[in-house]
Amino acid sequence: MSTTFSTDELQSIEALKAKYPDPKAAIMPVMWMAQKKWGWLSEDVMQEVARAMELPYVHVLGVASFYTMYFKKPMGRHHVQVCTNISCMLRGGEALYAHAKDRLGIGHNQKTDDSRFSLEEVECMGACGGAPMIAINETFHENASKEQMDALLDACT
Amino acid sequence: MYEAPHIVLPKINGIHNVDVYIANGGYSAYRKALAMSPDQVTDEVKKSGLRGRGGACFPTGLKWSFMPKGNEKPKYLAINGDESEPGSFKDRQIFEENPHQLIEGILIAGYAMGIKTAFIYIRGEYHKWVDCMQTALDEAYAKGFVGERMKQTFGGDYSMEILVHKGAGAYICGEETSLMSSLEGDRAYPRYKPPFPANKGLWGMPTTINNVETLATVPPILAMGASAYASIGAAGHSGTILYGVSGHVNKPGVYELVTGTLLSEIIYDVCGGVPGGKAVKAVIPGGSSMPPLRGDELDGVRMDEEYLKKIGTHIGTAGIMVMDEDTDIVAVTLRIARFYHHESCGQCTPCREGCGWMEKVLHRFAHSNATFSDIDLLYNVASNIEGNTICALGDAAAWPVKGFIEKFRGEFEARCRPDRSLISLNVVHGRRNTAETLVTTLT
Repeated sequence: MSTTFSTDELQSIEALKAKYPDPKAAIMPVMWMAQKKWGWLSEDVMQEVARAMELPYVHVLGVASFYTMYFKKPMGRHHVQVCTNISCMLRGGEALYAHAKDRLGIGHNQKTDDSRFSLEEVECMGACGGAPMIAINETFHENASKEQMDALLDACT
Repeated sequence: MYEAPHIVLPKINGIHNVDVYIANGGYSAYRKALAMSPDQVTDEVKKSGLRGRGGACFPTGLKWSFMPKGNEKPKYLAINGDESEPGSFKDRQIFEENPHQLIEGILIAGYAMGIKTAFIYIRGEYHKWVDCMQTALDEAYAKGFVGERMKQTFGGDYSMEILVHKGAGAYICGEETSLMSSLEGDRAYPRYKPPFPANKGLWGMPTTINNVETLATVPPILAMGASAYASIGAAGHSGTILYGVSGHVNKPGVYELVTGTLLSEIIYDVCGGVPGGKAVKAVIPGGSSMPPLRGDELDGVRMDEEYLKKIGTHIGTAGIMVMDEDTDIVAVTLRIARFYHHESCGQCTPCREGCGWMEKVLHRFAHSNATFSDIDLLYNVASNIEGNTICALGDAAAWPVKGFIEKFRGEFEARCRPDRSLISLNVVHGRRNTAETLVTTLT
């Protein structure tokens, strides 16, 4: 798979750059685009982002490494996130995380060999009223239980 | 439309939809503002007593008045929807349930300060709520309430562009100068103040940063009038607040109540008490960075900044975390310290290193392997972070640790091993001090 943005994508990148007073500000949305397309930000992907953004590669790397949500290594198709911060911890978040580790056989920021799942122990996701919470990719599941987690994981293909 | 205490989140079905919002008097507060001069609008907000809802409680009208008046330079408004404080989950309610009130608040703020571009910065984890906000913004653009067409819709010469910007997972971006660095496309390092954002903010231009809830409160203030708003809630901190209650309560959630509501009323009446009828051991009143209160201190505690300041804590983001009698305070403190260690941006040494040390020392307590002097060591490290960093993350990390030690010292002492020697772990080094040990070692 070649690591280049299509002509259409380059056009939308130019449109994004034009929305901000300084084109550099478009780097975060462009990295989101890149991650959506390639799944994670490899060196080749960041080089392509740097080309499209007309920024030094090292700047792209610097920004990418600052944020936890930009993946710097390949992740699973279903990225399972379990919160263990205070509100979730008080309501069983740690047990839920331990269950996820057992069931998937992987630890924090690891993926299964078949790339079906990856797991992350996340910091507060802003769902404290529905603690404990887990998220699979972009969807939050609040007031989660082990049984519910099992059912959700079973449904992931 | 606005009846206290349901001002920010009125109990109207489908209010997130632009047509329902208009049918219930939406965008009329902005029309009212347009009939006034920009300075009059700022004065009105000043008179209302509105204070920022992002944690620092800074008077909003005063903040607006710091912006330079002229239009020779571009000015920017950044709306802080990064909401990453553990225990805080109120802004997402506004994105989901009442986004148009936020947009209207942004327009009013923009008009008052002469700002033509606004950025709504929403944390990356809020995928769904970024979409909610974008949908509402698209509706507002389509109706001609935002953008160039505003001039025809509302008359006059003022228009504003609003952009939604999605973060990517960094607690520090909730700090206003860090948010600016992030928005500009750099690593999100906080900046030293002064210069304050009102003088030198986004791209070096005058900038105001307001919290989502703060701006969503502005339309009701204009609609009902400053004095009516100022009469709601506690003196010195007027209005309503979205309290996010989590932890050991029967009905956790976001509740809009007037400022100065009794904490016990929130826990027992609004949230249905503690599961199993257990006693409360500790409460963090305003998100994880605020000093905690002990369960036996809750009587008469009122949830407004002036009252809480008097008893040594703050309202913060009003994220109330309740812990029952069985809670392991040491484990909670460790979890908080771990969070700040993870989220420290690494720019200032006291915070970067100190947060790590706090976590390490707390691990000793968690494994019941600490010494009594570790309590003082931990307190000392926290005190050396506090006030010695560029941004407030250092304070946010130090306050809960210091607070938990002050309020629950017994819990920490119980994890110390009396048999553990207080001398240095390096035996040779530790023994070198006395002639006696020197003789014993030699012979």
